[in-house]
Amino acid sequence: MASEMNPAEAAGSTGMPQLDFSTYANQIFWLVVALVVLYFVISRVAIPRIAAVLDERRNAIASELARAEELKRKAEEAEAAYEKALAEARAEAHRIIAETKAALDEELKEAQAKAEEEIARMSAEAEERIASMRESALAHVAEVARDVAGTIVGAIMPHLLDEKEVSRAVEKRVKEVSR
Amino acid sequence: MRHAAGKKRAAGPARDGKWEGGLAPATGFGPQRTGRGAEVAEEMSGGFEIEPMEQFVVRPLFGGGEIHWYTPTNVTLWLFVGVVVASALLVLGARGRAVVPTKAQSIAELSYGFVHKMIEDIAGKEGLRYFPYIFTVFMFIVTANYLGLVPYAFTTTSHLAVTGFLAVTVFLSVTVIGFVRHGLGFLKLFWIDSAPLALRPILALIELISYFVRPVSHSIRLMGNMMAGHAVIQVFAAFAGILGLGAIFPIVAIGAVYGLEVIVAFIQAYVFTILTVIYLNDALHPGAH
Repeated sequence: MASEMNPAEAAGSTGMPQLDFSTYANQIFWLVVALVVLYFVISRVAIPRIAAVLDERRNAIASELARAEELKRKAEEAEAAYEKALAEARAEAHRIIAETKAALDEELKEAQAKAEEEIARMSAEAEERIASMRESALAHVAEVARDVAGTIVGAIMPHLLDEKEVSRAVEKRVKEVSR
Repeated sequence: MRHAAGKKRAAGPARDGKWEGGLAPATGFGPQRTGRGAEVAEEMSGGFEIEPMEQFVVRPLFGGGEIHWYTPTNVTLWLFVGVVVASALLVLGARGRAVVPTKAQSIAELSYGFVHKMIEDIAGKEGLRYFPYIFTVFMFIVTANYLGLVPYAFTTTSHLAVTGFLAVTVFLSVTVIGFVRHGLGFLKLFWIDSAPLALRPILALIELISYFVRPVSHSIRLMGNMMAGHAVIQVFAAFAGILGLGAIFPIVAIGAVYGLEVIVAFIQAYVFTILTVIYLNDALHPGAH
């Protein structure tokens, strides 16, 4: 036992203080005390605390990721809505253009038809007038011809003057000419 | 080479007597190189001795006297310094409970995650029941190893009593867990189904022996690593003391060995812990070779 008090002797007697078995009971006793204390600190305080922190962090990260996912989804939705609105607007514009074009075409056609009708009407009227004018002209021609013929016949051969015969002959000639 | 030179010199009559008195033969090369043998010899005659093992001597903290089982010693002191440091790191470090951790909290979380993942990977989910104890062992050893690197500190894990107790505790608990969970089925650990039938009894014997050697290798590995590094540093430090200002080589060597020890301190804690988990896995799944 005295050897433990003098380090040099202790080292000399065993060579290694590790093999000085007289200190084992002491070391093991204090080791057990230390381990028990550390075990209680670790299992009661440290592990729950660190586990809670790690859990919290995992949850925080998960919730942040979920939030990011949600925001991304919203952004995508907004983009889709925008695209849809754009497409609708485009379709609407096309529709309006087509409608307007159709209306204009219709109007144009109507106007054209109207104009044609007018033209036809006017040309018919004109033809009618021409015809009537021609008829009256012809009538005048026949009258003038009768007068002229009567006068000529009266002048040359007054005894042969038969107004009815002259008028009949003239009318016959006029008819032949106008035909 | 060195041996041959030493012998030659030892044969010289002038130096022979001086060297006999002082340094152990293994340490007797430094002074000769520098040619300051005479001074060294004087110092040595004044009682200088290299005592690499002196740092491991267990002493009572208060006064002298015998060491009873309850006497507070330097071992006691450093055991509790370790407990306090480990607790402070884990409890105060994680005090803020910050989602973005501080440095101390990061270390605490890394240690937690390190051991937790180790158990989960090796022993599976059932192994996590024993996480608090294994984490305690890991934190205890890693703290003790690093505290031992503080100058003038006492390295508790360099003592066979400490590492031996830890290893025997692991051995006994693992054996008990194995028998409690599997009954005699635990013996399947020694009966290797994949081997040819004729070889199985021999293998069983070898497995049985290696099983009982486990606590020995488990404890001596840690204790030997911690002791050797510290002893080597002590030897170089003693050289440096002898050489005085010219002690470039020993000082560089101390730096190098110290750097190595910083790595070893962690690796040995890791090795002790992972072996504990592997043994635990054997107890939990004895059939799975």
